[in-house]
Amino acid sequence: MQIILDNIPLLLQGIGTTIALTVLGYAFALVLGTALAVCRVSPIPPLRWAATVYVEIFRNIPLLSLLILLAFGLPDAGVLLPYFWCGVAGLSLSGAAFVCENIRSGINTVPIGHAEAARSIGLGFFGVLRYVVLPQAFRTMVQPLVNVFIATVIGSSLCAAISVVEITYVTQQLNIASAQAVLLFLVAGALYLALSLGVAYLGRRVERAVAPGDARPLRTADRLQGAAQA
Amino acid sequence: MSEHSPGSPSGAEPVISVRGVDKHFGDFQALKDIDLDIHRGEVVALIGASGSGKSTLCRCINRLETISAGEILIDGEPLPEEGRDLARLRSDVGMVFQSFNLFPHLRAVDNVTLGPTKVRGVSKSEATKEAMDLLARVGLTGKEHSLPAALSGGQQQRVAIARALAMKPKAMLFDEPTSALDPEVINEVLDVMTELAEAGMTMLVVTHEMGFARRVCDRVVFMDAGEIVEQGEPEQFFTAPESQRAKDFLSKILPH
Ligand SMILES: Nc1ncnc2c1ncn2[C@@H]1O[C@H](COP(=O)(O)OP(=O)(O)OP(=O)(O)O)[C@@H](O)[C@H]1O
Ligand SMILES: [Mg+2]
Repeated sequence: MQIILDNIPLLLQGIGTTIALTVLGYAFALVLGTALAVCRVSPIPPLRWAATVYVEIFRNIPLLSLLILLAFGLPDAGVLLPYFWCGVAGLSLSGAAFVCENIRSGINTVPIGHAEAARSIGLGFFGVLRYVVLPQAFRTMVQPLVNVFIATVIGSSLCAAISVVEITYVTQQLNIASAQAVLLFLVAGALYLALSLGVAYLGRRVERAVAPGDARPLRTADRLQGAAQA
Repeated sequence: MSEHSPGSPSGAEPVISVRGVDKHFGDFQALKDIDLDIHRGEVVALIGASGSGKSTLCRCINRLETISAGEILIDGEPLPEEGRDLARLRSDVGMVFQSFNLFPHLRAVDNVTLGPTKVRGVSKSEATKEAMDLLARVGLTGKEHSLPAALSGGQQQRVAIARALAMKPKAMLFDEPTSALDPEVINEVLDVMTELAEAGMTMLVVTHEMGFARRVCDRVVFMDAGEIVEQGEPEQFFTAPESQRAKDFLSKILPH
């Protein structure tokens, strides 16, 4: 226990870096992923193809490989990026592929007739998306997007492999110094758990906020629970 | 309005002019050389068996589908292929769908104001005032702030009509507007359409409501297998159809 109390400032630095990696990585993933999703549903074939290729590539590369490629491949290509930003870039590039797919499947839950009705009153591609499709799709997207956030929290631990001083890196260093792996990684695990649960809680608040009571459809799960009680 | 009946062309430009239109879905030809002029104030019933191409024709007229050949003019102007101009011109022709297609996240009044505010740039307060008037006109006073899920089918369809009217269209297309409705609410929608017709709106109505076609429409257009087979005044068409295909169709749908 002493090892932890002695290294509070280092741990706090690790926590701060983990939060920074996650928040920045997720923010860029949201922006890029939304743009990719718009491309994937756009009427312009080359944009659709480009976005599809992107998603297939970045969804299927292990995050660790991607981070190592960015950290050690970019300098070979003449781009010198601090490791922290390589971490942010890796989390963003990978997260964007998942964000894109979640938004796209959210869009697909909106009945095609709504988009046609919107077109028939004169809205263009962006108007249809912005005023009719996305507001409906957003409700079904909150949970999947929270899942991407949690994956980003957890994925940020891989940045330890490229020497970013975040929670896992700090934990490894302390373990090397003290050889108390179980205690240290239990503490690290608790920290990640706290972050993820906090985000999940916020996500539920958002979901409730975007679906006012009288507009929220009954879910299958609600029915199943009802059936179990009956 | 009988001066617009087929064979007696009026001098004025038709509001909707469909000329030599073909529509293919892959190898399948859904529309074959369709010619159809609809004049100002005219109300045309489009009837035909399932799969004959009625919906496809409506969807082509406001370019929800691209056409394979021919041209479609609205008020003498050809519709552009794609792009911003098309989006705006499309709203010159209002469309009412079988399945209502109200925007479920918006209250009735916001369904109606969306087009005017976002497409035409009308101020929110002015659009809301007009929307209230339109909703009153279709008999929905008191339901302005209901979400679609809280409205009956007939009420939803009347909101959909108000939503299309809010764009001040030159013509309205109705694709089986009452087919998804319970029998007891069909009339409330047909009544709104009748008033609209009496007020001089140019309308093309796909319908199986033969009573409505007889009472309200100036002309009946009968389609079969992607072609216009026969057209004429409702009374004449229903009592003495000329083509064998129309006779066969009517014998199936009309009570004897
Ligand atoms: N998107 C599409 N792809 C392929 N075929 C289509 C498509 N839309 C319509 N069709 C075909 O075109 C034909 C005409 O369809 P349409 O919906 O216009 O018929 P309809 O007269 O409206 O019939 P209903 O009374 O059942 O509504 C049908 O055979 C249909 O299968
Ligand atoms: Mg149809």
